[in-house]
Amino acid sequence: MNISLLIISIFLVLALYLGIKARNGKDMDMEQFAVGGRGFGTFFIFLLIAGEIYTTFTFLGGSGWAYSKGAAAYYVPAYIFLAYVLSYWLVPKIWRYSKRHSIISQPEYFASKYKSRSMGMIVAVLGSLALVPYIVIQLKGLGIIVSEASYGAISPVAASVIGAVVVTTYVMISGIHGSAWTAILKDFMILVVVIFLGIYIPVHYFGGIQPMFETVQAAKPEMLVLADQGLSQSWFVSTVLLNALGFYLLPQTFMVVLSSNGERTLRKNAIALPLYTLLLLFVFFIGFTAIMEIPGLQGADGDLSLLRLAIQTFDPWVIGVIGAAGLLTALVPASVMLMAASVGLTNSFYKVLVPAATESHQLIVSRIIIIGISIIALIVTVTGGEALAILNIMSYSLITQLAPSLFCSLPKTNIINKYGAMAGILAGVLIVLYATIADVKVATFLPDTPHVINDISTGLIALLFNILVTFIVSALTKHISMQQTERNDLDKIS
Amino acid sequence: MNAIKLLLFIPFIGFLGLLSYANKIEPYILGMPFLLFWVAFWMVMASIILMIVYKFDPDNKGSDSE
Repeated sequence: MNISLLIISIFLVLALYLGIKARNGKDMDMEQFAVGGRGFGTFFIFLLIAGEIYTTFTFLGGSGWAYSKGAAAYYVPAYIFLAYVLSYWLVPKIWRYSKRHSIISQPEYFASKYKSRSMGMIVAVLGSLALVPYIVIQLKGLGIIVSEASYGAISPVAASVIGAVVVTTYVMISGIHGSAWTAILKDFMILVVVIFLGIYIPVHYFGGIQPMFETVQAAKPEMLVLADQGLSQSWFVSTVLLNALGFYLLPQTFMVVLSSNGERTLRKNAIALPLYTLLLLFVFFIGFTAIMEIPGLQGADGDLSLLRLAIQTFDPWVIGVIGAAGLLTALVPASVMLMAASVGLTNSFYKVLVPAATESHQLIVSRIIIIGISIIALIVTVTGGEALAILNIMSYSLITQLAPSLFCSLPKTNIINKYGAMAGILAGVLIVLYATIADVKVATFLPDTPHVINDISTGLIALLFNILVTFIVSALTKHISMQQTERNDLDKIS
Repeated sequence: MNAIKLLLFIPFIGFLGLLSYANKIEPYILGMPFLLFWVAFWMVMASIILMIVYKFDPDNKGSDSE
């Protein structure tokens, strides 16, 4: 065993220990398990929401995109900080309603707002569909990081399996409390590592950050601005808007919001979080340095740029610390995602199928679902190939289709009804699936379309159709839903 | 929605709306090419605007609701 693998192993054990210990003194019911009894203050909520910023995707993918695609990579911090601005207005409303109705998952929220179990089921399925690829990305990233950082002593597959076992274990035992405690360790580690690498590496190779950028500018100036077509300005604006809208619709982020102890906690967090996204700049500095220092990584191998550059620069023990930080960026988000998917499915399917299920019974089912999702994600991780990139883009495009029904549900009187909401979601989802799988853009149908239009994110176009269908169907079915209300909410969720 | 929350639109309009003017390498500011500085500038602005909104938002007066 080499020194870096030893350090990574120590942190793995520490994460497992913290994750399990987090349960201490908690009387575990569904509310404790899923949303920590709605008791998390500013600090934990900050770490859990910030957990979304530093996933393996941003750690490896952020530097990887800067390496292979240049300025287009800026979309990642851009949509995240705008999502936080939006959250100031959006999430206290969600929290207030959920608290009043004892809601602990996203599908339950939609089912309650639209007084429709089918709505809950659609949201649960869509959420799980969007989450599995995300979990796969975390496990795959974990495999890459541990394998590279251990100098090949552990294979990527073995690392993914070990990581999945650890995260599944502590989530089953401690629920979201486990995620909160491992998040402390993770954020401390990632802060130290990212700031250190982001400053040290450009200074070491070029004498500073500006000289580094000037070297890139001299060799490849196109990397420092957005392109005229393809990953262009219209692509950037549309993708940033789409993802900013979708950010709090991701089931795991929604769940973190519910675990807050109050509205003010959420608002206070919104202030500090945009500053935290500044740290992603350091990840970009590493990616841009790698363009000059380790040229030649093709395609998906761009994701290796951060680790390859670090290995070229540092002693094995530093690589161990970087590897440990990378490992934690996979474990924390993956744990919240597993929870969100399992609680959503338990609430919207199992409780409907077995209405008499007790709390402890539901807890057991949630845990079984966690194991099930873990296994599915592992299988996709080990067998899945190129399709992953497609799934990743699809996740956000899919989940954002919930945006019209969420936003319409916020005012006191909802101008759309459940028929419109469901029809709109289905229309949006079908367009996203079709466009992604068949790889079509606007120009496929209208070849003369200017790039400005053609580069617009498919998800945003699907969203426009979604809104259109939502309003038309709502208007057409107005009569039906009024009759239903008169029949005293037959399908009302208790 | 009280009026102070309208300030929340500023980062969206400012950052994305003026993007085409910011999509250039020079001048360098704080060691960063202009476009990257533009991204960083709006992150800081977003925090400042949120702080102002928080301070004047009547929803944060008194005890925490519920």
